[in-house]
Amino acid sequence: MAGLTLERVNKRFGSTQVIDDVSMQIDNGEFIVFVGPSGCGKSTLLRLIAGLESITHGDLMIDDQRVNNLTPPERGIGMVFQSYALYPHMSVYDNIAFGLKLAKQDKQTVDERVRQTARILQLDELLERLPKALSGGQRQRVAIGRAMAREPKILLFDEPLSNLDAALRVQTRNEIARLHERLGSTMIYVTHDQVEAMTLADRIVVLNAGHVEQIGTPRELYERPASRFVAGFIGSPKMNFIQVTAEADAEQGCRVEIPAVGQRTLPLALSAGGPSETTLGVRPEHLIPTASESGEGLEIVNVEYLGSEAYLYMERDDGELLVCRTQAPSPFRRGQRVTLDFDPTHAHLFDRDGRAVPPRARREARPEPQGADS
Amino acid sequence: MANRQPTMAQTPAAPTPGGTLETTQPVRPRRERGTRVRRRRVRAAWLFLTPMLVGLALVAGWPLARTFWFSVTDASLSSLEGANFIGLENYLVYDNGWYGILADPLWWQSVWNTLYFALVSVSLEAVLGVIVALVLNAHFRGRTLVRAAMLIPWAIPTVVSAKIWAWMLNDQFGIINHLLMTLGLIDAPLSWTADASLSMWAVIMVDVWKATPFVALLVLAALQMLPSDCYEAAKVDGIHPVRVFFRVTLPLITPALLVAVIFRALDALRVFDVIYVLTSNAASTMTMSIYARQQLVEFQDVGYGSAASTLLFMIIALVTVVYLYLGRRQLGGGS
Amino acid sequence: MTLRRLKAIALKTGFWLLVAVLVLYAIFPFYYAIVTSLKPSSQLFEVSYWVDSLDFSNYVTVLSQPTFLAAIRNSVVVALSVVLIALLLGLTAAWALGRVRFRGRTTVMMIVLGVSMFPQVAVLSGLFEVIRTLDLYNSPGGLILSYTIFTLPFTVWILTTFMRQLPDELEEAAIVDGASPWVTLTKVFMPLLWPAMATTGLLAFIAAWNEFLFALTFTLTDSQRTVPVAIALISGGSQYELPWGPIMAASVIVTVPLVVLVVIFQRRIVSGLTAGAVKG
Ligand SMILES: Nc1ncnc2c1ncn2[C@@H]1O[C@H](COP(=O)(O)OP(=O)(O)OP(=O)(O)O)[C@@H](O)[C@H]1O
Ligand SMILES: [Mg+2]
Repeated sequence: MAGLTLERVNKRFGSTQVIDDVSMQIDNGEFIVFVGPSGCGKSTLLRLIAGLESITHGDLMIDDQRVNNLTPPERGIGMVFQSYALYPHMSVYDNIAFGLKLAKQDKQTVDERVRQTARILQLDELLERLPKALSGGQRQRVAIGRAMAREPKILLFDEPLSNLDAALRVQTRNEIARLHERLGSTMIYVTHDQVEAMTLADRIVVLNAGHVEQIGTPRELYERPASRFVAGFIGSPKMNFIQVTAEADAEQGCRVEIPAVGQRTLPLALSAGGPSETTLGVRPEHLIPTASESGEGLEIVNVEYLGSEAYLYMERDDGELLVCRTQAPSPFRRGQRVTLDFDPTHAHLFDRDGRAVPPRARREARPEPQGADS
Repeated sequence: MANRQPTMAQTPAAPTPGGTLETTQPVRPRRERGTRVRRRRVRAAWLFLTPMLVGLALVAGWPLARTFWFSVTDASLSSLEGANFIGLENYLVYDNGWYGILADPLWWQSVWNTLYFALVSVSLEAVLGVIVALVLNAHFRGRTLVRAAMLIPWAIPTVVSAKIWAWMLNDQFGIINHLLMTLGLIDAPLSWTADASLSMWAVIMVDVWKATPFVALLVLAALQMLPSDCYEAAKVDGIHPVRVFFRVTLPLITPALLVAVIFRALDALRVFDVIYVLTSNAASTMTMSIYARQQLVEFQDVGYGSAASTLLFMIIALVTVVYLYLGRRQLGGGS
Repeated sequence: MTLRRLKAIALKTGFWLLVAVLVLYAIFPFYYAIVTSLKPSSQLFEVSYWVDSLDFSNYVTVLSQPTFLAAIRNSVVVALSVVLIALLLGLTAAWALGRVRFRGRTTVMMIVLGVSMFPQVAVLSGLFEVIRTLDLYNSPGGLILSYTIFTLPFTVWILTTFMRQLPDELEEAAIVDGASPWVTLTKVFMPLLWPAMATTGLLAFIAAWNEFLFALTFTLTDSQRTVPVAIALISGGSQYELPWGPIMAASVIVTVPLVVLVVIFQRRIVSGLTAGAVKG
C-alpha cells in the first residue's frame, strides 16, 4: 500500500514538546489538511514530514519505508512555502528547473518537464521573467510549479494562500483542487482557514497544542466532532455552548436540564451514573428561535444581515452570547425577545474533559468518527 | 586600522535541537540525533569554517603563542631558533638593581602616553562624532555631499594623513603656524612635532581628524533608527530641544556610541602608524606599540620586544574585558 | 515677533556655519595636499590657500621613480589578493556561522571577535617567524598572508550579519530541491549577497591598501614595498629637507582612487560599517 504513515511521532525543541505522539495514516492520493490554532504545531508537523526538522522519536514511513533519516528529495516530497521562497535572481524557468538540474536530469528532460509544468500552471508566457516581475498569484503558481516539477510523491503546502487577497485566494484554492484531481498525488496542506480546510480536504487533521484532536472527513468533523475543541474550531459562526446538567436515561438516551429552556432528552449514550456537569453544543443553524410575546426568553442584541442568511445574537443572563442562523431577511429585529429550542438529533454533549458523548448505539449504527487514539 | 570596522558580539543562545531528552514512555526508545540533512549541514559548517580557522590559527593563534614563548627567551632577530629559556628576566629581574621592561622608565612612559592618547583622542572623537552625526541627521540640501566629505579623512591612508599633517604642521613653512601667526594668536612659529610638550597634541589632532567620521557614521546609523514618535511627543509637550537631546536622544544612541568607542579605544591603544610617521621614536609620544616594535626590529631583541608585546596584549585584553563587563551592566544585561 | 524671526535666522546661520566648518575641517588637509603638490619647488615654501599654479613636475618626479611604481603595483596585488581571499574564506565561514546552528558556534564567533581585537604588534615576532619559515619574507605573499589577520575577522562578521538576513525559507526551498550546502551557498546565496560582498570587499581593500606596520616590518627592499611604506620612507638629504612636493604628489596619487571609491560607494560603506554594530 502506498502512502504515508506517522507512528507516535514526537518533536521537542529543547524541553518544549511541540508535537506529542502524533499517529496517522494517509492514503496514496489523499488530500489531507492540517488545521489548528496558531502555534499548535502544524508547520512543525509538516516540516517533520518534509525532513526539514528531525523527528525526536517515532517513525515516519513513506510507502512502508522508514524515512526518518532521508533528505527531502530522497523522501520524494515537494514543498510550497508560505512566503513562496522563490530564488529572486533566477527566472521562472530556472526556478522550476533548479531541482531537476540538481537531480542530474539531462537537459532535454529538464526542458520538457519545465515546459510541461508551466503548461499545467499556465506559466508559459512568464518563463523568462524574474519573480519580482510577477503578481502574488503568479508567484504562488511558480512556487507550486517548482515543487511539482520533480514529480514528487507527496506535495506539502504551508499556508500557501495566506499572502493572497481574498478573491485570489478563492481562485487559487480552486486551482489547487483541480491540480490535485489532475496529478493525483498525495497532498498535505497546512492552513488555519477552516474554509480552505473544508473545501479542499479529503480528510482534515485537527491539531491542538501538538496533539491530534480528530481526523476525519470535513463532514464527520462538522457533524460528529470528537471533542469540544473540534466542535468549537470547525464551523462559523461557532457552535453555541451551554453548561447543563445531564443524567443518563436508559430508555431514551440522556436527559439534560437546560437553563431558560427546560428539560430535553438527547439520543446520546451518556455513561450511567448520577447527574453530571456537561456542556451542550448546538450549531447556530440548529437553534430554533420563536418570538415570545410574554417578555420571556432572551433579548436579541444584534442582527447581522449577510444577504443569503442572517445571524441573530442573543445575550444570556451570564453575559454569554448565543448565535442563531436564520434565513434572510430575518423576521426578527434587534431588541425583540425570543425563546429558543433546538433539534435534539443535532445536539452535542461534551463531558467535563471535553470529550464528545457518543450517540446511542442503534441498529443502523453511524460510522464512528475516527478519534485521535483510534 | 582594519579594525575600525565594527563587529559586535551577538551571542545568540543557541538551543540545541534534537538535544538531550529522557523518554520515560514505554514507546520505542528511538532517538534521532537530527535528520541526515541536519547532520550534513553541521558537517558542512565545520568544513566551511576550516579554511578560516586554519588561516586565523596560522596568522593569529600560532604567532601569538610564539610571541608569548619568545617573551620568556633571549631570542634575537638573527637567532630565533637558538633561543634559550630565561624565565621572566625580560619582564623583571634583580641583578644589582632592577632590570627588565617593568623597570624601564621609558616603558612606563610609553604606557602613560598610550593611555593618555587613547583617553583624550577617543573622548574628543566621541563628542565630535555625536555633533557631526547630529548635523548629518538634519535634513538639509547637499546632505549626501557633506556625508561624503566627512568620509574622506577616514578613507585616506593613515600614513598619508600623517604626512599631510606633518606638512601642515611644519615649523617653518606649515600653513597652521602661518595661519595662527596671521591671526595673531602666536608670535613665533611652533615646532609642533618636535617640541615634546606639543607633539602629543599634534598626534591627537591627526587621530581625531581621521577617526571622527567613523564614530559619526555609527552614531548616525543609530540616530536614523530612532522612533520619530518620541520626538513628536516631546515637541507637542514643548520640551526644550537641548533637554530632548539629553533625555531622549542620548540614551537611545548610547549603545551605538559605546560600540564605536570600544572600537576606537582598541585602535588607540595599539596606535602605531600615525605616531611613527609624525614623530618617529620620540620619547614624548612613544606608545606601547612603538616601544615594542623598536625593541623587536630596530634593536633586534626579540625576547625583550616580545615581552613588551605580550604586556600590550594583556593590557588590551584587560581593557576589553572590563569595558565589556561595564558596558553590559550599563545596558542592563547586554544585548 | 521679529525677535523670533531673528532668532530663527540666527539659528539657521549658525547651523550652516557649523556645516561649513565641519566640511572645511574634513577636506581641507587633502585639499591642501593637492595645492602643495601642484606647486613648483621654487614656490613650495610660500604658504598659499589657493591653487595658483598648475605645475605637474612633482607628479613627474614621483611617477618616474621605479620604486614608487613598484610600490603601487605591490599595493594593488596585495590588496586585491587580500580581498579575494577574505571574501572566499569569509563567505564560507559566514554561511556556517550565520545559517547553521551547531555546538561551538558561539565559541567560533568569540574567537573571530577576539582576533579582531589583537594588537598587531602582539603577533609581530611570531608572524615574522611564520613568514620566514614559509619563505615569504620580503615578498607580497608575506603581506597577503599577514593581512588576513585583520581583514578576515571583519569580513566574516559583516557577511554573517548579511547572511542572517536572508530568509530561512529560501534555504529550505533549496534543501527540498536537493541542493547541498555548497550549491546553496554558491548558486542561491552568493548571487543575492553581491552587494554585501562589494561592501566588505571595499572595506578589505581599503584596510589592506592603508596597512603600514606589517608592510614596514615584513619587507626589506624598495622593490617589495607597498605605497604607505614607500611614502613614509621618501626622504631627502636630511630630516629637515624632506621633498614635500613629491611626497604630497605621491599622497594624492594613492589617495584619489580611495576617495573616489568612497564617494561613489558611500552608502554601501556606511551600511557595511554599521552592519556588524547595529545589534550591539
Ligand atoms: N525552531 C524552534 N525552536 C523552538 N520552538 C519552536 C521552533 N519552531 C517552532 N517552535 C514552537 O513550536 C510551536 C509550534 O510552532 P509551529 O510553527 O509549528 O506552529 P503553527 O501551528 O504552524 O502556527 P502558525 O499557524 O502560527 O503558523 C510554537 O509554539 C513555536 O513557538
Ligand atoms: Mg505555521
